[in-house]
Amino acid sequence: MINSIPLGDAIEAIINFLVDHFSFLTRAFSATTDTLLSLLEHALLALPPWLFIALAALLVWRLSRNRGLGVFALAGLGLIWNLGLWSATVSTIALVCIATLVAISIGIPLGILSAMNRTIYRIVFPILDVMQTMPAFVYLIPAIPFFGLGKVAAIFSTVVFAMPPAIRLTCLGIRQTPPELVECAEAFGSNRWQRLVKLELPLAAPTILAGVNQTVMLALSMVVIAAMIGAKGLGGEVWKAIQRLQMGRGFEAGIGIVIVAIILDRVLQKIGARKR
Amino acid sequence: MAKIEVENLYKIFGPHPAKALRLLREGRTKREIMEATGHGVGVNDASFSVEEGEIVVVMGLSGSGKSTLVRCINRLIEPTSGTVRIDGTDVTALAPDELRRLRLAKLGMVFQNFALFPHRTVVQNTEYGLEIQGVDPSARRAKAMEALELVGLKGWEDSHPKQLSGGMQQRVGLARALALDPDILLMDEAFSALDPLIRRDMQDELINLQEQMQKTILFISHDLDEALKLGQRIVLMKDGAIVQVGTPEEILTSPADDYVARFVEDVDITKVLTAESVMKKAETVAYLGTDGPKAAMRKMRTSGISSIFALDKTHHVAGIVTADDCAALIEAGGGELASILRTDITTVTLDTPATELIALIHDLPYPLAVIGGTGKLQGVIVRGTLLGAIAGRGLAQ
Repeated sequence: MINSIPLGDAIEAIINFLVDHFSFLTRAFSATTDTLLSLLEHALLALPPWLFIALAALLVWRLSRNRGLGVFALAGLGLIWNLGLWSATVSTIALVCIATLVAISIGIPLGILSAMNRTIYRIVFPILDVMQTMPAFVYLIPAIPFFGLGKVAAIFSTVVFAMPPAIRLTCLGIRQTPPELVECAEAFGSNRWQRLVKLELPLAAPTILAGVNQTVMLALSMVVIAAMIGAKGLGGEVWKAIQRLQMGRGFEAGIGIVIVAIILDRVLQKIGARKR
Repeated sequence: MAKIEVENLYKIFGPHPAKALRLLREGRTKREIMEATGHGVGVNDASFSVEEGEIVVVMGLSGSGKSTLVRCINRLIEPTSGTVRIDGTDVTALAPDELRRLRLAKLGMVFQNFALFPHRTVVQNTEYGLEIQGVDPSARRAKAMEALELVGLKGWEDSHPKQLSGGMQQRVGLARALALDPDILLMDEAFSALDPLIRRDMQDELINLQEQMQKTILFISHDLDEALKLGQRIVLMKDGAIVQVGTPEEILTSPADDYVARFVEDVDITKVLTAESVMKKAETVAYLGTDGPKAAMRKMRTSGISSIFALDKTHHVAGIVTADDCAALIEAGGGELASILRTDITTVTLDTPATELIALIHDLPYPLAVIGGTGKLQGVIVRGTLLGAIAGRGLAQ
């Protein structure tokens, strides 16, 4: 037999090296973020659930301009509260929000850069292919030594998992600007920045929003997986139910996730459709 | 100095244009170069100029390189070789920033498919160039409104482009270019995407606007009728090369080669020919007071004509004398030419179109007198010369 190439050993050595030399930084970052995150959670939980639910339903209604969706939000969130999953849901929403914010604030600029520069495009896109095809569980392993068990590690792996659509669709949206409009912007003396801000970004907005929507959905689905490294929330409930073989409880938490996902997805889609 | 000067301009499409350029200069054809090197020839040794205030139409079939040529002038496409000068400045040597400033200051452009920004309203589209120039919002709004009023779109400023018809969209395109008050308008097939009727309206309107504005206009078209209507001069292109440059009349009456001749053969020539181009020089005239009937008769006989225009002392046309009247006067023992002068003649000016001439000459007993700007006799048109010019194209010249 030929000896197998020690690829795994090499990767482990690299990660260990990074952990040994840089984990004090990531740990410090982890501690700060953890504090911020629990502050956010406590702030959200400080509101009485009925008030939160009412406000959320109102917001959904205003943003989507769709009364039915508002009613759905009211009923769905009410059901979650009734099932005793309220604090888990708030924790999940906080986690998804932060992971999405981080993913799009890295992803959109990176998408813009790869649309404007071929070299960046050639470097970024193969990495995205890897990020999207690598099984999500694999990210969990290195997240632990860097960030410790808990929510920040969960956010890290969620960001990695959820960011690619934001990058891809931003890049696609900008590249799809009709060439005759680009030519016109050039003919009227626009520089690269003016072309981007005054033409390409406004035209790409619906595509970028579709990317954001995808990112949110992926973040939600990753939250369950991330429960394995201590993300808690609704994913944590599912994970607990798996370990204890509580089918009913598992489904209840699962339905909670579905309700949150439907609300977020529809609201974002409606905003995207209005931009068009 | 010409407003736009293009000198030996070449554009080769492809990664390694040097070899293709060499072959092209050796006289190989566009197709041979495509086969030998895989490079496309966009523009092949084009030289022409546009004077200030002139409308020049660059005309050719699709693929003849006319759109490439106009894009080389504002460097939306980089020329491979050759120079383009605008007001004496070599555009091809400008740094990117200088080029952007030149485009903003001097070169307005109107596009075939309008190229309006769909996310902006009509007035926001119109003020785009001013916005790029950094003009402050209230001033640029005022200028944009002025431009919109000029093209007849007042009241539509808050609509979005997709709510407008094609003709109106192109008016926005035109207003966007005019808002910057550029010296030069580059119009790339500006009216080609419009219905024939709307297209004719827009052409008329452009001619009207041009009377007020006096811009230098380089207009690209594949439509010969449009070129003849708008162009003071026409640049005719084929396979990237310029085949002929000339006034509409020159193109029609003396085509440079078979290609141009075939191109123009279906044109209704009477729309283009004018009195100036079909008249004969008035070489023989009689002078009232100086010439008697015998002198007038001799002049008619030498030239083989049956009537002669008579001029007064100020060299203005007084009337016409026929050979019959002249002979009768001589037989009767002579007298003043003025006594047999017929004053019921018809005069036309140099730019009277041939269509009108045909109608006038149809039942006229005498030739038409062509009068120049100073009121002096410039030429004579008889039925024969007019028909000859229409049938033979240029026999009159």
